[in-house]
Amino acid sequence: MKSIKKFDYYSILEKITPLIAVILALLVGAIVIMLIGENPVFVYKTLFSNAIGNRDGWGNVLFRATPLIFTGLTVAFAFRCGLFNIGGEGQMYIGTFLATWVGFTFTNLPAFVLIPLCILSAAAGGALWAAVPGILKAKTGVHEVIVTIMMNWIAASLTFFLVLKFKASPTEAMVAAGVKQMIPHTNEIAEAARLPRLYNIFKFLNIDFPSYNQVNVSFFIAIGVAVLAYYILWKTNLGYEIRAVGYSPMAAEYGGISVGKNIILAMMISGAFAGLVGTNEVMGFKYRWRQELFTGLGFNGIAVALLGKNHPLGVVLAAILFGILNYGGAIVNIFTAGRIPRELIMVLQAVIVIFVVISDEVVKRLIRQRRKVV
Amino acid sequence: MFGDIFNAQFVASSIRVAIPLALAGLGGVFSERSGVINIGLEGMMLTGAFTAVAVTNFAQNPWVGVLAAILVGIFLGLIHAITCITFKANQIVSGVAINLFASGITIFLCWLLFGETQIMVKSSLPIWGLSIPNIGEGSTFVRSMITIFAHHSPLVYLTIIIFALSHIIIFKTPFGLRLRSVGEYPQAADTMGVNIVKMRYIAVMTSGALAGLAGSFLSLEQAHFFVKEMSGGRGFIALAAMIFGKWTPLGTAGAALLFGFGEALSIRLQGVTAVPVQFINMVPYLLAIFVLVSAIGRATPPAADGIPYEKEIG
Repeated sequence: MKSIKKFDYYSILEKITPLIAVILALLVGAIVIMLIGENPVFVYKTLFSNAIGNRDGWGNVLFRATPLIFTGLTVAFAFRCGLFNIGGEGQMYIGTFLATWVGFTFTNLPAFVLIPLCILSAAAGGALWAAVPGILKAKTGVHEVIVTIMMNWIAASLTFFLVLKFKASPTEAMVAAGVKQMIPHTNEIAEAARLPRLYNIFKFLNIDFPSYNQVNVSFFIAIGVAVLAYYILWKTNLGYEIRAVGYSPMAAEYGGISVGKNIILAMMISGAFAGLVGTNEVMGFKYRWRQELFTGLGFNGIAVALLGKNHPLGVVLAAILFGILNYGGAIVNIFTAGRIPRELIMVLQAVIVIFVVISDEVVKRLIRQRRKVV
Repeated sequence: MFGDIFNAQFVASSIRVAIPLALAGLGGVFSERSGVINIGLEGMMLTGAFTAVAVTNFAQNPWVGVLAAILVGIFLGLIHAITCITFKANQIVSGVAINLFASGITIFLCWLLFGETQIMVKSSLPIWGLSIPNIGEGSTFVRSMITIFAHHSPLVYLTIIIFALSHIIIFKTPFGLRLRSVGEYPQAADTMGVNIVKMRYIAVMTSGALAGLAGSFLSLEQAHFFVKEMSGGRGFIALAAMIFGKWTPLGTAGAALLFGFGEALSIRLQGVTAVPVQFINMVPYLLAIFVLVSAIGRATPPAADGIPYEKEIG
């Protein structure tokens, strides 16, 4: 009986390794802040009190967490099939552009048709873009990491071409002033394609919430998708097959599961999640595609997935933590007049990832040793 | 038009563009021959590119910049080695973390030290070799030959020497044999008394050094500035070159030249054809995917590539 108790203790340790990693990373961050000659206590206090100390801060945090939930699920879902999809960036570009295009093209459709249509096209665009590395992996065995990275660059070029092709015509004011679009962007999507901001719901409930806050309904879509990911992976045959392939492709094949089919499907579902970033960034926020609207969200998704241990619930929590760091980091940047660049947060995120993988392995080894001793 | 594009200068610029790909690809060869996948080449290259420019501007000497880039590459290689070899963590995850770290730290330091996201190089390496004769004296042939072979940055010649040496080291020396055995069949190598951990550390740190050098060439010699994310996927194209080159130095060099040709072509075609520039920009990446798909089946990675070594006890 005693040995079982010991084992439980370690399995709890295994579950909280991300927490240890985050604390260690914050300590590293504190050292960096001290090296710059700033006060880490002040910096972290500013960061956290502004991010989670009031409703406006929470709104901003959730707004920033939303796309990370999507891209985190992208990586986590593919990982369950043994695939490393680091093409979230490209899939997000293509899905978002497609949704934007639908949004500003079919302007005479009613909202109850146009909103679902836009959401579906965002998912379809991402799925389509992810299908390419999936098919190449399944049919020829080319490693998905390199192909997805190449597809990211191709997507960036393709959307740049498309935004120039569908560039918004200059407004009368711009013509009068003789100015050109500094950053190329498309026309705005139809009113009927826009997702409401959460402010409207809070107003209805008589809860005090700033009207300028950008958090919108897309956050609920993200939570819904996280539940969906959990449901597919653990409650359906497809999910069972996907996990079987991820656990051992050879055993899965022997058991009658088509490895190729599941690789392609897992990549497409994973890509669809990435495409849905467009629901937050365009349908709920900017209402148009703007060049360099978002960069790095796809890559941050990798860190979010790892921190969340590739589990949908973990991904949501990790995305919220990154939302806190991102928003708080931006505030700190303003408070210190740029003396603490917001890129410090990027460095912290990378350090978190390294610590997560290391502490994971250390704990795993501890458990193994313990088992041997027992 | 054909003659305008494919002239001696084009060949020379293909070579220059190929250098960072070749060096980073060679880094991949060393690392994977020892059994460690290094996806972090991209980040090591980016950090090398930044370090080279920053140190060059502080020290007023590009050679110091190149050296610093190599050292930083070795340092990142060491981090990758510690996570993957000592802690036996997932090698791809560790590589991705290094890439994330590199993106963040370069912009972070760029802001902190220079207050900008783009910094110009204040002094470049000299051009070594023969001077190109003026038009009128010397034949076109002589001029072309000098342009292609004997009018480059010292790092170009250095790269050629490094490749020749690497080929000899990997295939003609006891060290190379041990390196390859560690990547193919570590259990057997261990039995023969080869120190697996030491060999892998050396290989991964060498790959970091080469990626750092590749980055320094990219910023100091090719672009003459540093800008965020300037490596632009070259670390991954380098991995594609390594695979296409069947994990050999000479094959990697050949594949890198092919990619260099593709990239130089995409630079040269801009403004010349009616094809939108964005499509031309896709050429190197499409080429990389195409090359990978065609290389599969003919290219086999080292047998123990990506697998941490667990010593069997008892």
